[in-house]
Amino acid sequence: MSLSGWGGYPKTKAKAIFFRDTGELTRQVSEASSFIARGMGRSYGDSSLNNSCVLSTNRYNRFLEFDSEAGIVKCESGVTLAEVIDISINLGWFLKVTPGTKFVSIGGAIASDVHGKNHHLDGSFSSCVNSFSLLVPSGEVVNCSRSENADIFFASFGGMGLTGVILEVEFQLIQVESAYISQTSIKAANLKEAMAAFENAKETTYSVAWIDCLANGDALGRSLVMAGEHASINQLSTNIKATPLIVKPKPTLSVPFYLPSWLLNKLTVKAFNQLYYYKGKAGEGQLVDYDSFFYPLDSIHHWNRIYGRKGFVQYQCVLPLANSYEGLKSILELISASGQGSFLAVLKLFGKQEGYLSFPMEGYTLALDFPLNSRLFSLLEKLDSVVSQYDGRIYLTKDARMNSRFFAKSYEKQLNRFLDVKKKLDPDNKLRSLQSERLGL
Amino acid sequence: MSKTIMIIGAKSDIARAIAHEFASKGYNLQLLARKSDSLLKGVADLKIRYRIDVECFEFDVLDFKSHTVFVNSLPLLPDVVVSLVGSLGDQHQSQNEWDACESVLDTNFSGPVSILNVLANKLEERKRGTIVGVSSVAGDRGRQSNYLYGSAKAGFTAYLAGLRNRLNKSNVHVVTVKPGFVNTSMTADMDLPERLTAQAEQVADDVYQAVIKKKNTLYTLWFWRYIMLIIKSIPEFIFKKLSL
Ligand SMILES: Cc1cc2nc3c(=O)[nH]c(=O)nc-3n(C[C@H](O)[C@H](O)[C@H](O)COP(=O)(O)OP(=O)(O)OC[C@H]3O[C@@H](n4cnc5c(N)ncnc54)[C@H](O)[C@@H]3O)c2cc1C
Ligand SMILES: NC(=O)c1ccc[n+]([C@@H]2O[C@H](COP(=O)([O-])OP(=O)(O)OC[C@H]3O[C@@H](n4cnc5c(N)ncnc54)[C@H](OP(=O)(O)O)[C@@H]3O)[C@@H](O)[C@H]2O)c1
Repeated sequence: MSLSGWGGYPKTKAKAIFFRDTGELTRQVSEASSFIARGMGRSYGDSSLNNSCVLSTNRYNRFLEFDSEAGIVKCESGVTLAEVIDISINLGWFLKVTPGTKFVSIGGAIASDVHGKNHHLDGSFSSCVNSFSLLVPSGEVVNCSRSENADIFFASFGGMGLTGVILEVEFQLIQVESAYISQTSIKAANLKEAMAAFENAKETTYSVAWIDCLANGDALGRSLVMAGEHASINQLSTNIKATPLIVKPKPTLSVPFYLPSWLLNKLTVKAFNQLYYYKGKAGEGQLVDYDSFFYPLDSIHHWNRIYGRKGFVQYQCVLPLANSYEGLKSILELISASGQGSFLAVLKLFGKQEGYLSFPMEGYTLALDFPLNSRLFSLLEKLDSVVSQYDGRIYLTKDARMNSRFFAKSYEKQLNRFLDVKKKLDPDNKLRSLQSERLGL
Repeated sequence: MSKTIMIIGAKSDIARAIAHEFASKGYNLQLLARKSDSLLKGVADLKIRYRIDVECFEFDVLDFKSHTVFVNSLPLLPDVVVSLVGSLGDQHQSQNEWDACESVLDTNFSGPVSILNVLANKLEERKRGTIVGVSSVAGDRGRQSNYLYGSAKAGFTAYLAGLRNRLNKSNVHVVTVKPGFVNTSMTADMDLPERLTAQAEQVADDVYQAVIKKKNTLYTLWFWRYIMLIIKSIPEFIFKKLSL
């Protein structure tokens, strides 16, 4: 079967196994020379790829328990965040941490230790997980939690599937009064203003900025900063007060085929970014439903096809707080000068983070999309050296191309700890992805 | 009041998809299977997702004698009955060993006929209901690679047509489902052409629509109707020479 990540680069062929239960999985694992788990394939690069055997959790997706009094869910790792919301929102529960798409699996959310717009207050996905079971290469199923096999538990967050196949997971939801977010939008004329807006919103649960990365000069870093809180009942308008937990399903669009890649040239990207900035309305107390606030891109299925068949690469880095301004400025200048526009660029502020290979650290993170072309990789290498110079790192779940030296340096502090756990679980190095082979993980 | 669907052969992948499809529309479920305790995880899942009632029953389609007692002891006569029981068997083994052959014939034909006979009488008496029989395109024309399975399915297709004709006046509708290739555990070892192969969820969606719209024969995916039209129209003197 032909497989790729969400960016469509790289592509590979592998035997894909859609297991339904642990018996079937164990059989497959014992026969495979190397393997890696795969959820919804929303990681951008090669984290969920392997050219011999890919174990898909798409059919390993049953809910096992839902305690609607305590907001605790137990399910198999192929259940998606969208499905969790479907069973819980009407009862007043929501995800504690959610990435910018709900079409990811619980297993994928753990393996990438995903973050949301509330990382500065609530941390990464690990903060809501109580326990999980893990199939390791020996065929054994290991129970992991903060009190049992804690090293394996923590190493699996951000471990990119390299500690084993995550099986049954128990996690905690948060209580909400409504399915709506009360949002404040601020136009920031440049990077300084944007960072000041994040500082001001430090006590607000959610904050994020869309940044126009083709703006330059005085407007470098021009952005639209959005902050939000779960709306309480009394903030709702009268017509939605009666059913505060119900959001009418919206029509979805789909990109039916790959668009020609020339469509996204400098001009169209520039136009889009300007439009986004000028059309964005500044204001307070705007009410938006959770889908529009958290998952604006999910309403267009297969939006990745707008980049054409060749695909695209996402570049997401984080820089320590003290270096963030200088580092981001250099990065934005390089991009602006290269003219290789990013269609979507997102800026977020992270809080402190513990862990093994988890991506976040206290500081700013910038995520950019680049359509694939012959000049791209040399630009990205320049960005790598800036990130390296300012002691930052790149998010593995978005990566498709960084080199092993840069990786080893930027994850230096946690890498050996991680490899110790991995060696113990996987002495024959059977758990492998194209990414882990490239990075020597 | 919410409706109830009975799914016979509830462990199959298509059955699981049909259970989700109907449950998402508010149907309560009666799930029949051999070793029905293995359905338990799936039951919790269905209840959590759709907040419906689900009951499991131990049932063997080859235990013909038990069928009347079984139906009489049901707590509730369902609105819709779907039979998915079937077995591809191994053509080569079936043509050489009678036990293997008999098992294919009984699992695809006699067994489903036995249980549907009893249920049909009940629905006829009540004058309301729908019976869905999952047959196969393999029953449309016998081919050397699977004609024992195919002939049992052909018999089942004819049975369903007759039943539909008989029950028409009693307000009981019968749907014949003829899947083409479906990605399930039955076909997991085959290399199926991707474009012609349905996911179980697509089949389930088609079945739900067919029940609502009272279709008589459903080919799923839809283009199999035309593929089979062509296959059926090949003259026998040519067909017999083909290696199909
Ligand atoms: C539009 C969009 C927006 C996004 N926004 C964010 C964001 O805001 N924040 C963020 O953190 N991320 C974000 N992401 C990235 C996404 O959340 C992660 O890549 C996530 O891991 C994808 O989950 P998945 O189920 O698709 O996993 P896959 O892409 O299939 O796999 C990702 C990794 O998880 C491993 N894995 C999957 N399942 C298991 C399992 N059962 N056991 C062990 N390992 C497993 C794989 O081996 C692989 O290494 C976004 C992605 C998209 C497409
Ligand atoms: N997959 C395809 O491409 C395809 C194409 C055309 C038609 N079909 C038909 O679709 C139906 C479902 O098939 P599937 O693909 O989902 O395959 P499947 O998983 O093999 O389904 C067959 C089901 O029949 C059950 N069964 C077999 N013998 C039984 C018995 N004695 N008593 C009770 N139940 C019994 C099996 O239960 P156990 O698990 O207990 O064995 C299983 O649940 C079958 O009728 C098949 O012929 C399938």
